[in-house]
Amino acid sequence: MPQTLTRMRDMFIEEIALRMQGDERIFFVSADLGSSALDTLRAKHPSRFVNVGIAEQNLVNVSAGLALEGFKVIAYAIAPFITMRCYEQVRVNLSMLSQFRDINVNLVGVGAGLSYDLSGPSHQALEDLSIMMTLPNIQVFSPSDAITSRAIAAHTVTQTGPKYVRLDGKLLPVIPDDHAISMKPGFRELKKGRDICLISTGYMTHHALEASRLLSHSGIDTGVIDLYAINGFDRESLKSTIRSYKHLVTLEEAFTGKGGMDTCIQSFLKQNRIDTDLVSLGFPHEYRFTVGPRDTRLAETGIDANGIAAHVRSIMQH
Amino acid sequence: MTATGDKKTFLQDKARWVWKNTLLIHGTAPETRIASSLSLVEVLTVLYYGNILKFKPAEPLWEGRDRVIFSKGHGAIAMYAILADLGFFPATALESVCTPGSFLGGIPDPIVPGFETVNGSLGHGPGVACGIALALKRKKNASRVFVIVGDGEINEGSVWEAIMFAGHHKLDNLVMILDNNTKCMLGKTNDVLDMRPVAPKFESFGWQAEEVDGHDILAVKKSLEGLCAGTVMKPRILIANTIKGHGVPALENDPICHVKSLSRDDVKKLTGE
Repeated sequence: MPQTLTRMRDMFIEEIALRMQGDERIFFVSADLGSSALDTLRAKHPSRFVNVGIAEQNLVNVSAGLALEGFKVIAYAIAPFITMRCYEQVRVNLSMLSQFRDINVNLVGVGAGLSYDLSGPSHQALEDLSIMMTLPNIQVFSPSDAITSRAIAAHTVTQTGPKYVRLDGKLLPVIPDDHAISMKPGFRELKKGRDICLISTGYMTHHALEASRLLSHSGIDTGVIDLYAINGFDRESLKSTIRSYKHLVTLEEAFTGKGGMDTCIQSFLKQNRIDTDLVSLGFPHEYRFTVGPRDTRLAETGIDANGIAAHVRSIMQH
Repeated sequence: MTATGDKKTFLQDKARWVWKNTLLIHGTAPETRIASSLSLVEVLTVLYYGNILKFKPAEPLWEGRDRVIFSKGHGAIAMYAILADLGFFPATALESVCTPGSFLGGIPDPIVPGFETVNGSLGHGPGVACGIALALKRKKNASRVFVIVGDGEINEGSVWEAIMFAGHHKLDNLVMILDNNTKCMLGKTNDVLDMRPVAPKFESFGWQAEEVDGHDILAVKKSLEGLCAGTVMKPRILIANTIKGHGVPALENDPICHVKSLSRDDVKKLTGE
């Protein structure tokens, strides 16, 4: 049976639109980025939707102003632009200001990792997790499918404080899973394994699951953890979940070793004196300008399902 | 004496007091930007003592207050004297400016009662002010938003993103005050980037613009009252033509007075204290 494909950004916006009906304090601000779900939202709530135009600096500042007056704000734009074009606005008016005032601004960036694969590096986001996590007071989220995206949308308007949500732009299948999505623990163990576990976020979770399936054929039982509350996950829960593993592999569409999820996990292990072997998979520290569909680029980098499986085999052989 | 005369004397006396106390703060905290702080003395005096702003010192975040966003934060030292005088915090704190552990730094942040936003990086205030102004309209709150910017600060592109937004959305509850003191750090603002004519630029983006001699206290009061009372559905800008380092010849005559500090002796001579 063919899998149903959904766009996590539409699920996110549908959830927000639903919440806007019951909560007059939710405001949606876009920097001229849309989606079909957003067309419905803005038709339904014209007084609480504003398009600031192609102006991400103003997007963040206007959102901060609205939040200072008590609105819960969704600020929506393309991932690299809502994080990097306006980084200092985020630093000053969200990260710093939130130490004094209760501001609920949610930066929602579409285009996680390579999801704008054919548009080239300007549209791709391999640095966003790292630069957002270096700012104090900002919670960072990276869903892997429409279900996690929807749960994170609900969280943005029920929990205050500045947040960054990195959404994929592509149609993706929903990951079959019975777990309730909760920001505590902030991750889900999709598959239990023996000796080795993949800790993955966003789109890479789909490849992690496929790698785990491939590996099971050769008798390697690989665990898969989908981490979506990148810097806010519950430390104790993750500690007990990974306790039985000898090897951990992090997987993300980001530069490796540059402050992304891998760095987060590394420092978590260190702080908790867990000496499990850790390998980080992601992209080398350079931009690629030749056209490459996403999965081709992942395969070339050795981090698609086959590449991940090869890494795991090599780890298990040593 | 006429009522206008009384008011003028009261405001002039207050402005003189603010000017003097701003210098005294600088005398103990030479790291503060004195030249940028002196150009705004009369404008701030009118705002806080001339019945323009609504505020409650004991309740700085009172919902009915007018919001003041001090975007050119480096020029806010006069505000310390004013806010302490009005009771936002004890006047004794003024002795602690720029000393270890003090909440009063060289550039004010919301740790200081009376300040709404984090200041110091230029060009942020107008956009935040737009968000506040839009929110107040949606909340049907009649308060106004005042945002104070410098003439060098409007070089920042983010300022123009906000100017376009305010004009487009007809934010008539937003009043920008431009401290047009004609100097930035390395020289005259117009030699760095000539933005003249300024008023027509704002008007072309849908703003109501007015110019005033920023040191003529009654003219400033009249302009601000007029801009606030007006019913035109546009954001307002008051271009206050001012002198950087006003009242201190050594600063007024120096084109690069931005980072210039005065000695304690200079301050003593100027203030008589």
